[in-house]
Amino acid sequence: MFFRILTIIGFAFLYAPIAGLIFYSFNASKLVTVWGGFSTKWYGELFQNEQILGAAWISLKIAFLSACIAVILGTLAALIMVRFGRFRGRTLFSGMITAPLVMPEVITGLSLLLLFISMQALIGWPVGRGTTTIVIAHATFGLAFVAVIVQSRLVDMDQDIEEAAADLGARPLRVFFDITLPTIAPALVSAWLLAFTLSLDDLVIASFVSGPGASTLPMVIFSKVKLGVSPDINALATIMIGMVAIGIFCATLVMLRTGRRKPNHE
Amino acid sequence: MSGFLQKYGRIIVIAIPMIWLIVFFLLPFFVVFKISFAEIARARPPYTPLFSWEDGRLAISITFDNYAYLWEDTLYIKAYWSSIKIAFWSTIFALLIGYPMAYVIARASDTKRNILLMLVILPFWTSFLLRVYAWIGFLKTEGVINAFLLKIGIISDPIIMLQTDFAVYVGIVYTYLPFMILPLYANLTKLDDTLLEAAHDLGASKLMSFLTVTLPLSIPGIIAGCMLVFIPAIGEFVIPALLGGPDTLMIGKVLWTEFFNNRDWPVASAVATAMLVLLVLPIMWMRRVAEEA
Repeated sequence: MFFRILTIIGFAFLYAPIAGLIFYSFNASKLVTVWGGFSTKWYGELFQNEQILGAAWISLKIAFLSACIAVILGTLAALIMVRFGRFRGRTLFSGMITAPLVMPEVITGLSLLLLFISMQALIGWPVGRGTTTIVIAHATFGLAFVAVIVQSRLVDMDQDIEEAAADLGARPLRVFFDITLPTIAPALVSAWLLAFTLSLDDLVIASFVSGPGASTLPMVIFSKVKLGVSPDINALATIMIGMVAIGIFCATLVMLRTGRRKPNHE
Repeated sequence: MSGFLQKYGRIIVIAIPMIWLIVFFLLPFFVVFKISFAEIARARPPYTPLFSWEDGRLAISITFDNYAYLWEDTLYIKAYWSSIKIAFWSTIFALLIGYPMAYVIARASDTKRNILLMLVILPFWTSFLLRVYAWIGFLKTEGVINAFLLKIGIISDPIIMLQTDFAVYVGIVYTYLPFMILPLYANLTKLDDTLLEAAHDLGASKLMSFLTVTLPLSIPGIIAGCMLVFIPAIGEFVIPALLGGPDTLMIGKVLWTEFFNNRDWPVASAVATAMLVLLVLPIMWMRRVAEEA
């Protein structure tokens, strides 16, 4: 059918550039289109690049911290949206957790930077800008993505067990930790991973709210890439894509396995 | 303690994310709004305070110059207009590519569907910056596409694609395609098959039942997907900066230049405020559609 051909073209469109990137990362020649034989020298060069390694470490730290904060706040936000019914400020609240999903990054970045500067002038915190301010910024937009994922899981979840526990006298906190949390745990894992990835990937917001000495990996990549194609960035991209692919592959395996086990239990 | 928790637990749970979002999401917009009325100054931070105490009296200095400047210097109006144009057409192209894909995925068998869905999500998990970067190698004058076309003899001279608006369209459609497919897919899987059967029984052709049943029912998905592409695309910075040329005008790039290169924070704030005003309506529309769905 016509739609099928379009779908195949669509997938080719999605994957061709990634495939090209991986292919040319093993190119011995520095020129992109000239194939100079198979080589892993760009990988070797990458692991000697102190600037890239340092930036990668900073990025990983920021991504880890901001993903943790985003999961805690995002889960609370999702619980509020799904289980708390009506309360004053609900419209404002739901607006504030959907708007960050589409807010252009230049606006978020600029506005947070100006906030941090004003806050420092008024209450003396945060002092200067660097990892702390980037973590706060990333946690804020990560929160919105976490909330979306956890919300859809909570909506699907069977509420009877929670109600049963409450009827048997369990306090709300106990119900949450003993029943709700274990049930939504897989969603929390994927939400954490998404927040982590988004933070690791962000260039624009980090550029605004960063300070001296806190250059994240995307900031270093961007400054190199602006000058054109560079083979060691191809190598870096291949490593990052490989890690993501392995991660997704494992996650799918786990999902398929739990999906298969479920019918036996019921 | 437990009595206290019982009584105020609900309020505390609401308050934690609420306060975080008010301080780090809502409040910053007001700060931007405030600074858009300040004047640029040689100071740290590089703008004048709006309120100051002079001889024990509150002095307020507000200027509308930044907005007047946006209006007078044609660069900004042009940049807004061209951002809307680029975002609009990219959205249309993403819809034309994404709809058939979402449709095929939604109608596929269970195992196939999971694999296809994973293939759509996978690029979304890999670095946005690196995916945009990947196109540089493809679109360059001595890049992969030109090398291929020259080899098979379709063209005799390389086409200049990088640093043009065309490259920006390709970049936006490419990176935002999953955002278009996923809401469309979510909508199309919910489609009730009995409706299609009814249309078929009543003699409708495949095309006819698609046009009169599937398409109208998928409008909420279309709107959600289009907004998820259109709104962030308007303020896009990375794509025009890496793939676009010097005359590719997009408001996100203008704001970046105003802030980082010209260090004019008040004008950058005015640009951001004007962009927000432009985006408020589509964002509110998207939220309404999302809540109805």
